[in-house]
Amino acid sequence: MATYKPLVVQAIPKLGERITQDTLYWRGYKTPVQIKEFGAVNKIDFSPVPPYNYAVTASSRIHIYGRYSQEPIKTFSRFKDAAYCATYRDDGNLLVAGTEEGSIHLFDISGRAPLRQFDGHTKPVHVVGFLSDKYRIFSGGDDYSSNLWDIPSATEIVSYSEHTDYVRCGCASKVNADVFITGSYDHTVKLFDARMKSSVMTIEHGQPVESVLLFPSGGLLVSAGGRYVKVWDVLKGGQLLVSLKNHHKTVTCLCLSSSGQRLLSGSLDRHVKIYSTTSYKVVHSFNYATSILSLALSPEDETIVVGMTNGVINVKHRKPEERKEKSQKKRQPAYRTYVKGRTYMPKQEDFCVGKPAKRVLRKYDKLLKSFQSSKALDAVLEPPIRLYTPEVTVAVMQELHRRGTLRSALAGRDEKQINLLLTFVARRVIEPRFTPVLVIVADMITDIYQPVVGQSAIVDRQFLRLQEAIGKEIDYQEELLEVLGMMDTLFAAFTKKRAADLERNKSNGLTETIETNMSN
Amino acid sequence: MVAPATLRVVRCGGSTLHGARAVFSADSKYLLCASGDFVKMYSVATEETLRLMGGHADLVTGIQLNPHNHMQLYSSSLDGSIKLWDFMDGIPIKTFTVGSKLLALYTLASSEDSVFVVIPKSGERDKFQLVSVKLTKAAGQDVEAKELSVVLDGVDASPKCIAFGREGEYVASVKEVNLQVYFFKQKQLNRFSVSAMKTKSGNNCFTCIACHPTEDCIATGHANGKIRLWRNFYHKKEYTFSTLHWHHDTVMDLAFSIEGTSLLSGGVESVLVLWHNESDCQKDFLPRLGSAIEYISMSSDGALCCTLHTDNRITIINSNLRFSKSIQGLIKSPGVKTGLVVDPRTKALVLNGEPGHLQFYCLQSDQQLFSLDIVQRQYIHQAGLNQADLVKVAFSAQGKWLATVEEREEVADPELQLKLWFYDEETQSFKLNTRINMPHEDHITDMCFRDMDELEDDSLILVTAGRDCVFKVWVMVEDTDPEAQQSVSWSCDFVGSYHNYQATNCCFSEDGSLLAVSFEETITVWDSVTWDLKCTFCYPPGKVRNICFGRLTCSKYLIGATDYGFLCCWNLLSCALEWSAHLNVLVLQPDPLSEHIAAVSWLSKESSLFVFKPNEPRPVYIQRNLCKEKIRLAAFVPRDEPEMISSEKYLWLRRSQLFFLTDMQELMTLSTKSLEERLTPSSKQLAVEESLPVTPFSVLLGKHRRQQSQEDTDLGKRVLHNKREQDSPAVRELLHTPAHVLPSASFLCPIFINSLLISKENKSAEEVADEVEMESEKTQEDSDEERDVTEMEQEDTSPMELLGEMTCKLSKSQEKELRKIRKMDYSWISAF
Repeated sequence: MATYKPLVVQAIPKLGERITQDTLYWRGYKTPVQIKEFGAVNKIDFSPVPPYNYAVTASSRIHIYGRYSQEPIKTFSRFKDAAYCATYRDDGNLLVAGTEEGSIHLFDISGRAPLRQFDGHTKPVHVVGFLSDKYRIFSGGDDYSSNLWDIPSATEIVSYSEHTDYVRCGCASKVNADVFITGSYDHTVKLFDARMKSSVMTIEHGQPVESVLLFPSGGLLVSAGGRYVKVWDVLKGGQLLVSLKNHHKTVTCLCLSSSGQRLLSGSLDRHVKIYSTTSYKVVHSFNYATSILSLALSPEDETIVVGMTNGVINVKHRKPEERKEKSQKKRQPAYRTYVKGRTYMPKQEDFCVGKPAKRVLRKYDKLLKSFQSSKALDAVLEPPIRLYTPEVTVAVMQELHRRGTLRSALAGRDEKQINLLLTFVARRVIEPRFTPVLVIVADMITDIYQPVVGQSAIVDRQFLRLQEAIGKEIDYQEELLEVLGMMDTLFAAFTKKRAADLERNKSNGLTETIETNMSN
Repeated sequence: MVAPATLRVVRCGGSTLHGARAVFSADSKYLLCASGDFVKMYSVATEETLRLMGGHADLVTGIQLNPHNHMQLYSSSLDGSIKLWDFMDGIPIKTFTVGSKLLALYTLASSEDSVFVVIPKSGERDKFQLVSVKLTKAAGQDVEAKELSVVLDGVDASPKCIAFGREGEYVASVKEVNLQVYFFKQKQLNRFSVSAMKTKSGNNCFTCIACHPTEDCIATGHANGKIRLWRNFYHKKEYTFSTLHWHHDTVMDLAFSIEGTSLLSGGVESVLVLWHNESDCQKDFLPRLGSAIEYISMSSDGALCCTLHTDNRITIINSNLRFSKSIQGLIKSPGVKTGLVVDPRTKALVLNGEPGHLQFYCLQSDQQLFSLDIVQRQYIHQAGLNQADLVKVAFSAQGKWLATVEEREEVADPELQLKLWFYDEETQSFKLNTRINMPHEDHITDMCFRDMDELEDDSLILVTAGRDCVFKVWVMVEDTDPEAQQSVSWSCDFVGSYHNYQATNCCFSEDGSLLAVSFEETITVWDSVTWDLKCTFCYPPGKVRNICFGRLTCSKYLIGATDYGFLCCWNLLSCALEWSAHLNVLVLQPDPLSEHIAAVSWLSKESSLFVFKPNEPRPVYIQRNLCKEKIRLAAFVPRDEPEMISSEKYLWLRRSQLFFLTDMQELMTLSTKSLEERLTPSSKQLAVEESLPVTPFSVLLGKHRRQQSQEDTDLGKRVLHNKREQDSPAVRELLHTPAHVLPSASFLCPIFINSLLISKENKSAEEVADEVEMESEKTQEDSDEERDVTEMEQEDTSPMELLGEMTCKLSKSQEKELRKIRKMDYSWISAF
């Protein structure tokens, strides 16, 4: 004998974006805080030590913001002209910045005036940074040179003039204190070793390089320029590992997540894309209001700060972890009663009576089981089910229709219930997965309640809404069909052309093989 | 055998069980059913078929136990004979020839030598009468029974419409809106009728009748679902009736419990309703019995009840309305839409079973192996409802994958679902892998897997052909998402069409390289790797009905049958027509293990079978007049081991057996064996309780009691007293202690049992010898089946007496034993 089979609610796979672990992770940020700066934000750098302040370089100022502050907690503003690339040292005590006039300033975080000033570049310095031994600074300027400076003596150690265009980005290796790389508008990325007189490696990116990045291991190098983000294997002598083309405008900045598992790239196309560093597929993307110039991620991915061309910095903080704690806990029976008898081990002569497994049926299932159609429909029209799981409501309606009792279940309802039903139908009838069933329901309702139209203003309004919804949907479908027709003609033309192309290629290939045969 | 064996059409398994109510044997251990031309005996405990009693030449219409000898059974048949059987041995004792068709059979304990049968009234069509037949005691196997006396005239042909009341005092019969009651003693006939008016609640006609076993009360079931209880029907005018109403459709059968305290009713709803005390408010239900209840019968001790269902299933139900067992052979479904498919794993025949289920029917044991729920929705037993049903089934070559299509006919567009099931080795059952909603826009006409034994997994392809003018190719894809529960799922790979014709059939060649899809009049052949159209075949006029590829040495041929009555064979190498024949082929079935192809044709109201090899147009075998009905489905079932067939003519049956299903849903096969060979009686030794226990309690205590009574007679009153006193302390103590302070039952059981037993060491050698002798006697009986029944009974009573003599000798040792028990320490009881 069969037991009652519960109603099967058809699960329809959701189209569009799939929810992955990544989307969940990267969605876990609060609504952004916008801070207005004076000019385009060319660099954002997080202090590597708590409380993780960040330095924002915009126009002729460097602002230091606290993690949650909307006002700068400190400002370095003694620049004659624009400042560039304010970068923290590893210990978070020193800050270095390039300037428009070619000098490099070194600041103490607590001080106001620069500790050191390095002069040597003849053109603006767009990139500066500390080497990982903390005592040297590298820089790249618009005079095509990349220099290395000694902090204590404030002197130039070495100057490389190998680039043939502006040097606009650079990065120091975290593994080796002598190694740094610079990227230039001459489409190359060069790797320098402070112990050598010339560059160690040159990588041809193909576009003016806007940003470079070394992986913490030092083995992989990422360069961004034009629309491309390219990953190179340094240890294999600069072999191209993968080339990513996911932006449709120039990529301006790169950043690694704190775990090193994800790579972020910001672009003038207003998007930040997040790639997995194992598969190099885009796993998530953010979009912003205007073109992005700079991007930084705080340790533990707590904060994402994005600087834009219009001088706005966009700060997103991660939501605090949701604690699963329900304040109103249902009073459970005492532990003692709960475990009573559970721990008892049956003895050999004991006769054990098995407990049949209890099957829990949903309320509508119970009602359907006992053929109470109207009540089953009532049960699924209750707010939680109707609002959050409309597929259950529709499944029950379909089941009732299958049983031939839908009409009687819909009939005999008062104004309030009709209102409810019609609201539901008018709202959901345009959803493709519900349309077949709800059209039948709407048909029946209009059929049953035709005689009472005009007696209640509320119901009449709902009928009008339903009509409107259906009318809109019909118009929409017509439009879609038109588009489809247009696309069909386009596709037809396209395939013909491509077929012709293919044919031509084929003939070419044939002649080629014939030629090679001849030569053989 | 002298002549070479001829091929015979044999009905196999699952003939209709609807002839009559099932009958329990008197000890409720066996169940007897009329099944087609046979009477089947099932074991209630194990559900297996124990005996198949054949001898009637037509459908068996009634079976009843002989009221004077519970080891005998009467059966009546449409061939006009009543047979008396000894069902324990499965041998016919007597055959009474009545002459006219017998439609129902009733027996009465009060009428010594006559039974009641329903026969058609001579000279009038569709008029039937109830007559009593005098069964003469004349010697000989075949006896004429021509002494008929009419009891009631104008009765219904259905066996459910007549019932005998209270110890045979009266007989009641219903027909349409009339109820007639005939009192035997008074020779009085009372007629009652209900209003014939067709009211809103349906029609009022009688459908069945049952009489109260002890009171004067008649229950009648009506077509509108009402049950009426009639009383006071001695008076023509002052009769009364009360109405019970639960069923929403026809009441199919009624049965009173043995005591008459409750009434069982069943109908189309497939719910067994138990009405207590004939009142409307107290009722119990046993719902979801699977299909409409056709007959209800009670066992004589009232412990079991059995329902016969329209789909050929027997359900045995406990007296407390608990489902106990189900005996099911081939389940009859209203339409076998799936066709006959053979499961490669179990070699079982797979077809529609219960609504929405797939049944796996084992041909060897005539049992259902299991039933797979495909639709997974509650089936509502109500006429006129449009419910999803299974329409197509396909297995992959090794039975690892199963594809099913279910559809629900809608006014606008059908609801279709394609499901793919994976055979789970752990649970040994199919598990749903992928469900595809609306695989086609319209009905799916055919479906097949690419049959490749070696390359099962990676190259598995499913092709569905639909009426929406396309065929679709489905392939397995690995799920990229590592979090998904299953690693593979199915998705559409290719959609092919041909000039917007409806795709009707599809078929893969043996090596899986070619796919043939028929589009109305044209057969197209596709490359199964690139899905390019290779060539087309056509034999106008007429649409293609069936296609199949040749096998083994004939794999270069493609066979097609058109509905214009042509069978064509194309050569795939030359792409030319090899031969064609004018034959109206309904079924085209290739044998998977040989080159043979079976074609069943329908010509001038009879089905004929043609077996041929594609390479020659001359058939290997022709069997004309296979049966009078249309054959829609056929299947070759591979044999476990090749059969030895002497005649060259039947060599095509060597490796597999051909089964086919007629329009009447009877499963037939072709067999070279003769009837006697097939009907070898089972050698199972059946034991029947000679003396019937009255209650289960008496079953427990019966033997002990009988011993005591023997002692009473042998030793007189003094011994009896002693015995009681000896016996009492242990048992009394046991019975008088409150239950909650007793030790566990398993602890007490040996003591209690020991107190009842005769101690072992005193068992005389004599008795042991006696037992052996008894056993040998039984085996003798087995071989010598002609032995008279009465004689056997006499012999069987003898051991009882012997046992009695034994016990009186043993009383001393028993005393000792009991004393031992009494000495046992029960002081712990006082502690409580």
